Formats: sequence, C-alpha cells, structure tokens
Amino acid sequence: MSLDWAAFTPAPATAGGLLIGAAAVLLMAGAGRIAGISGMLGGLLPPQRDSLWRVAFLFGLCASPWVYQLGAALPAVTVDAGTPRLIVAGLLVGIGTRFASGCTSGHGVCGLSRGSRRSFAATAFFMAAGFAMVYAVRHLAGG
Amino acid sequence: MIALTAFASGLVFGLGLIVSGMANPAKVLGFLDIAGDWDPSLAFVMGGAVLVTAAGFAVLRRRRASASGEPMHWPTATRIDLRLAAGSLAFGAGWGLAGFCPGPALVAASAGVTEALIFVAAMLAGMGIFSVFEHFNSR
Repeated sequence: MSLDWAAFTPAPATAGGLLIGAAAVLLMAGAGRIAGISGMLGGLLPPQRDSLWRVAFLFGLCASPWVYQLGAALPAVTVDAGTPRLIVAGLLVGIGTRFASGCTSGHGVCGLSRGSRRSFAATAFFMAAGFAMVYAVRHLAGG
Repeated sequence: MIALTAFASGLVFGLGLIVSGMANPAKVLGFLDIAGDWDPSLAFVMGGAVLVTAAGFAVLRRRRASASGEPMHWPTATRIDLRLAAGSLAFGAGWGLAGFCPGPALVAASAGVTEALIFVAAMLAGMGIFSVFEHFNSR
C-alpha cells in the first residue's frame, strides 16, 4: 500500500460528508424516515403506500447535479468499466442491496450512526467485498 | 410539507455526494484499492456523515413524531442472517466492479453520464428481479 497524495482530498470529502449527514438528519426530523436510497428505490418497485416522500427525495437527489451546475462546473466523472461490466455490477448492486435491505446510505451512514450491530455487519461485508473485488480486478486480473 | 422536506433532503444529499467526490467512480475505486495507490478520502466522507448523523439521531431519538407529524420510522430489524451477509457481499462486489453505489449512480445518471445510465438500468432490473423473487417466495 502507498498513499496517493495527489488524489487525496480530505477537505471536500469531509465537507461533502457533513452535507450528507445533514440531509439524513433533515429527513428523519422532517419526515420521520431513514435516508436509505436502495430502500427508497425498492419501495417504488412496485410503489407502496405513502411513497410521496420517496419520490420527492429521489427527485431532489436527481436535481442535485443541475443545482450544482448553477454555481460551478460539475467535477469530472471517470468510469473505467465497459458496458458488460456495468450491467453485471448494476445487477449485483440491485439484487444485493435489496436482499441486505440497505446500501452505503441506509446501512453505512444511517445504520452506523444509530449504532446498529446489523448495519455494522452489513457495512463490514460490503466493504470487504468491495476491497476484494478491486484487488481481484486490478491486481490479479490486471485491469 | 413531507414532500418539500424530502426533496430538500435529497438535494442536499446529492450535493454532498458531488462535493465529496463520491459521485465519481474513479474516486471510489481509488479508496477501495488498498493494495495500489490508496486514496483515503472516502473515509473522511463517511466520518463526516456519521458524525453529523449520529449527533442528530441522538437528539431525534427522544422525539415521538417528526415535524410533519409523521411518526419516526426507526428501523427495527436486528438479525444478522444469511440474507444480510449474502446481499451485502453481492452489493460490495458490484460496487467494487464499477465504482457505483445507488445514490452516486442516480446523481451521475441525472447529470447525463452514459455509463451511469446503463448501470442504473441494470440496478433497477436487479431490484425488479428481487421483487419478483420475493413475490413468489412469499406465497
């Protein structure tokens, strides 16, 4: 392991994290709901009762790049994965997050913040699988 | 009231993802690549988010209802079972494969990034497969 100092951006990372936390607190304080994005999507497939908050949150989420663009140019998005890999990855994320009842937001941010042992376990599992997959793709398969 | 709060929350959440760098898969993969040139930035995203959320939730725990009158829907599940483990492992594998998790993928797709649109379509298909599976499994 070696630190990539050129890519390391602790200040914007922390600032962005604080915003994400503020959003999670706002949703619970105002609507009584956990900010879990895979759960919101799953709750719309098929739509459950009382789904207005889900739709509204997802609209806000999707409006964010457009609002950001009013003030500054969007940061570059670099995707190395080709179409087949994107499809396999999307299927794994879609099925996996629904079986686990949560993703990086619901288990990662909100679950850890509640001190939930179940969410700690989920986060440990998906982080471990993420590390392992990147190791396999970059260092075993060579790209 | 609920819709406005939820919209504002989604907007701030998305801005946080963009500002933090999480909306960029290259950044995410840089964090997950501990054996290569490691970029620890995402630990700071998580740290900042958990700091604020833990403090806010500690206060909100004592509330009976939210500002809109809607009761507080705190998760009640505590079981650490095969579904949680296998689901999380599959999710992590997909996350490491492309660098997208659900929130950042939606943000990048909305910004018009073609790869994110492909990923989101596959992700929604995966969630649909789960729903169909659950439907037949629960009968």
